Amino acid sequence: MSPRLRILLGLVLIAALIAPLLPLALWSVARGWFFPQILPANWTIEPWMQAFAPRSEIPSALATTTLIALAAAALALALGIPAGRALGLYRFRGKALVELALLAPVIVPGIAVGLGIHGVFLRLGLTNSVPGVVLVHLVPTLPYVIFVMSGVFANYDAEAEAQARSLGARPLQVLWHVMLPAIAPGIVVAGLFAFLVSWSQYILTLTIGGGRVVTLPLLLYAQAGAGRNDQAGVLAMLSLGPGLVILALVARQLTGRGMAIGGTR
Amino acid sequence: MIGRGHPWLSLAPALGVIAVLFGGGLALGLAGSFGMGRGGASGDAWIAVLSEGRVWRSLGLSLWIAFASTALSCLIGLGAALLLRRRFPGQGLARLLFQINLTIPHAVGALGILWLLSQSGFVARLSAGAGLIDGPAGFPALTQDRFAIGIIAHYVWKEVPFIGLILLANMQSLGDDPESAARSLGASPFAAMRLVLLPLLMPALIRAGAIVFAFSFGAWEVPVLLGQSAPTALPVLAWQRFTDPDLAARPEAMALAMLIALVSAVLIRAAFAGRNR
Repeated sequence: MSPRLRILLGLVLIAALIAPLLPLALWSVARGWFFPQILPANWTIEPWMQAFAPRSEIPSALATTTLIALAAAALALALGIPAGRALGLYRFRGKALVELALLAPVIVPGIAVGLGIHGVFLRLGLTNSVPGVVLVHLVPTLPYVIFVMSGVFANYDAEAEAQARSLGARPLQVLWHVMLPAIAPGIVVAGLFAFLVSWSQYILTLTIGGGRVVTLPLLLYAQAGAGRNDQAGVLAMLSLGPGLVILALVARQLTGRGMAIGGTR
Repeated sequence: MIGRGHPWLSLAPALGVIAVLFGGGLALGLAGSFGMGRGGASGDAWIAVLSEGRVWRSLGLSLWIAFASTALSCLIGLGAALLLRRRFPGQGLARLLFQINLTIPHAVGALGILWLLSQSGFVARLSAGAGLIDGPAGFPALTQDRFAIGIIAHYVWKEVPFIGLILLANMQSLGDDPESAARSLGASPFAAMRLVLLPLLMPALIRAGAIVFAFSFGAWEVPVLLGQSAPTALPVLAWQRFTDPDLAARPEAMALAMLIALVSAVLIRAAFAGRNR
């Protein structure tokens, strides 16, 4: 294939991938942009002013989504780092089964488990609440953290821990001064991915939050459904933020495989 | 690798949480589909669901969406990976832009596709500007349409980079040697790709394809926005039953959820069971 054709096909591919973002971005700076106008007649930052005006729901949805994603990522890390260490460093009976059990939640669709989890949480009084939504977000986030961390631990030299112990280090000192510095970059990547996966959730949030816990994706559909395309455009742009930041942070460190695992779903 | 051991203590918290949430969710869903918790057990919901034409039409639609999305994503993803693996000017930027879609929430992408492809959307306006159509009605229905074109377009748009990056990573670890060997033995570039590279990539492609299939089969936020009102995709139908004011529809919603879980379980088994071979 000639280099020129390669560049042309590359441009077509990238254009197709960017295309759906175009109307979203344009609506966030347009007023009354209707058929058959190709570009908005009136360009304005009014939608952004409205989005952050006192009576807008957007600031609180932004805060709720961020809080839930931070909490879900922190919990997933707390549970997932030890599990990743176990899978990365040890061989044991039933390991394949454990890996399958931890992989299944990534593949089984949210609605298939969400309706049943709603039943569990109803009995525990966790429906319609932020803590309930944080907990249910562990279903998609925890597997990601475990798989990123088990990859990190597979390349980790556990001999250094034995050496530190033989030199008299106590277990906590080993953890803090030997293990943590070695796996810190992996923790950052796993945490960012977990944040992003939680940030993008829709049906699990709706099922457990019952519409009371309003996150950005839920508000996005609500505004678009109410014909407030300008506000939906702002919400779409805000929703892209963390993903772009994370991409800029980790794209250089990671191979394609790592980034693909971190994709939202 | 430390070696053999019993690291169950480190696994217990994560396994416990997954067992309670995921396992408990499935178990309660199954129990709910048999009407347990409302006095006695019965298969009424399953009989009602499985004898309803609408359910089968929804199942057929969801399978069509998943098959078409997976096939197109794999095909275009493979093409994109083959395109991006060789060096060319601007390759670094192209690879970075290629990854952006992975980070975009499905809800945002679906709304973007709606505003891009609907009859008064961006492409329709460009067509009107070019004099190809007179008004919105002249533009073909690509969203909320019979063939679920908008839904499939969304999944392909979102999953091509996922498939492409997995394949790129595998191509990198394979290196150029297998193909060069085939070329030096007289194979054409296409034959080397089809007979040597493709079989080597197949295990990764099948696993990535299974993930795409399961997601495009079971996601809710995409068909609810881009799908027509009847028949709806199976997850949308399950949600309609779940939110039905008539609580008698709950067991049917659970049965539909179990049906979705069953299809994805069959898929996991097919794609991942033989991975040690």
